Amino acid sequence: MHLLRKIGFYLVALWAAVTLNFFIPRALPGSPVDAVLAKLALRGPVAPETRRAIEVMLGADTDRSLFQEYFAYLGGLLGGDLGVSVTYFPTPVSQVVGQSLPWTLVLVGMATTFTFILGMALGTLAGWKRGTWLDSLIPATTVLQAVPYFWLALLFIYVLSVNLGMFPISGGYDYTLVRPAFDYPFLSNALYYAFLPALTIVLSSLGGWLLGMRNMMVSTLSEDYILTAEAKGLSPRRVMLMYAARNAMLPSVSGFAISLGFVVSGSIVVETVFSYPGLGFTMLQAVQNNDYSLMQGMFLIITVSVLAANLVVDLLYGVIDPRTRARG
Amino acid sequence: MTDTPASRRGRFRAALRRHATPSLVIGVGLVVAITLFGVIAPMVVADPLAISSAGMVGPSAEHWLGTTQTGQDVLAQLAWATRGSLVVGIIVALLALFLSAFFGILGGYLGGWVDEAFSLFTNVVLILPGLPLMIVIGSYVQQRGLLLIAVILAITSWAAAARVLRSQTLSIRTRDYVQAAKIAGEKPHRIIAVEILPNLLPVMSSGFVFALITAILGEAGLSFIGLGVVGTQTWGSMLFYAQNGQALTLGGWWWFVPPGLMIALLGCGLSLINFSIDGIINPRLRTAPKAARSVRRAEEADDSEAGDSEATTKEALV
Repeated sequence: MHLLRKIGFYLVALWAAVTLNFFIPRALPGSPVDAVLAKLALRGPVAPETRRAIEVMLGADTDRSLFQEYFAYLGGLLGGDLGVSVTYFPTPVSQVVGQSLPWTLVLVGMATTFTFILGMALGTLAGWKRGTWLDSLIPATTVLQAVPYFWLALLFIYVLSVNLGMFPISGGYDYTLVRPAFDYPFLSNALYYAFLPALTIVLSSLGGWLLGMRNMMVSTLSEDYILTAEAKGLSPRRVMLMYAARNAMLPSVSGFAISLGFVVSGSIVVETVFSYPGLGFTMLQAVQNNDYSLMQGMFLIITVSVLAANLVVDLLYGVIDPRTRARG
Repeated sequence: MTDTPASRRGRFRAALRRHATPSLVIGVGLVVAITLFGVIAPMVVADPLAISSAGMVGPSAEHWLGTTQTGQDVLAQLAWATRGSLVVGIIVALLALFLSAFFGILGGYLGGWVDEAFSLFTNVVLILPGLPLMIVIGSYVQQRGLLLIAVILAITSWAAAARVLRSQTLSIRTRDYVQAAKIAGEKPHRIIAVEILPNLLPVMSSGFVFALITAILGEAGLSFIGLGVVGTQTWGSMLFYAQNGQALTLGGWWWFVPPGLMIALLGCGLSLINFSIDGIINPRLRTAPKAARSVRRAEEADDSEAGDSEATTKEALV
């Protein structure tokens, strides 16, 4: 029952994302066609036939009703058809997505997992040793949390890449040295290029996890069952990990959805700073080139990835919190 | 009312003493300083858009924060950007507060299918990542005015606060005084306004402060990628021009460090205020570290008296 409810919710969220993606361009003033024409008009006079050509290019030339278009769009999505990219014409959008997805998936996935584990561990410790010097970690993480992702990225580039020359300024790997393949030279090169973007994401999202965990630890530690556990003479380590931390973790895990949204939004901007060949950078390239179908494909794939990650975390939640299983 | 102004002032002062922790003082200080800078500085600085031939010059007596690539004064730009960012932030935070109160409190109070529908809607908005949605909307609209950007930022950032307000409302709704008001025949809107809303004020003020941080960070991100308000200077748009003006590779740190630092300081100040509000709402957070410290001090005193070597094992227990 619990599981069905969850899956039902994700289906509704998926439908909402798909529908938004369909209706936003149609509900807002100004069509993509007008936007492209406006940009062209900046460079010089536009011939009347150009309008027709752009309409055909963007697929806005049909006289079908909104409903027919909506269902044709849904049908196309089911078949994996996201339209054709204008920037990389005639590559289909799904192929461009396929090329940039692994970059973001690895970068954001690894950085988030690492941050989560580190944040939980430090938060547990800070809550357990409350009232010691570890409390001074809190103001430090607050500053980190308030720093915009992209500004931190700019500082890193300025100090570590431009001035010290320790890291590359931009890109996902060195085009002159390696070709994308599953071998050691490419992977180590990619890891070297991913280090600074990952460091940015880790540093600016660590504070939230740490602080949430620390506050929950402090609240949990004053519960009666902690006192009971201590009175039973259990080892402090067991009380800290199995009694306090396990319960204090629950809100952080269920709050994963909110945090992941932040991290994904932040990583889009970080990717543009580093020109990292992932989804966010490609999406902004699409915006700058008026490549509307590519942009919307990117929006859809980012949203679906976030939904999928949350579904996985939700399923894991059942493993950590036995109460959800008992109710089901 | 038996309250005299004097006794009320006395109580206010006592409350101030109780809650005026160092973090609250520093937080309020930072926020007030930045706000004053944003209000007053634009009136005294030079024209932020005036171009001069002295491009990319470091800080000097003439230009305290140096100049941009086109010779514009960075300090003047920073002053106007501070005002712009604060205005956007406050508008967005107010809109988000209103939306979260509407969906959270109304849903939580009414219950039934309204609550089901509202919380489903809230959770869907919460789970959809905000920035990609803003990018899609922002790229379709060419004339991006202040209000449009504010609305976009608000509709993507109210959901988390709504969820908190809903759960708080659910717990307040079942309290005796609310039940009593209901039985006494009070109208629902009066119960919400008089019985429930005052109890939610601390949570709502914390939500407002948080919304302000999110809004300013969100606006900065949107402006930084070139999709912000057209024609208004904000911290994000300064960083956008700094990156496009090769400030990084030309070594113009005075151009891109100040706007980011302002965002960080304001965010830090607001978070510190929020900690103090959290401490008022949840006294455990405030008292627990203090209690742990006093227990340890007592034990240390105990240990030194007895001269006992168990100190280290006991320390690990606390």
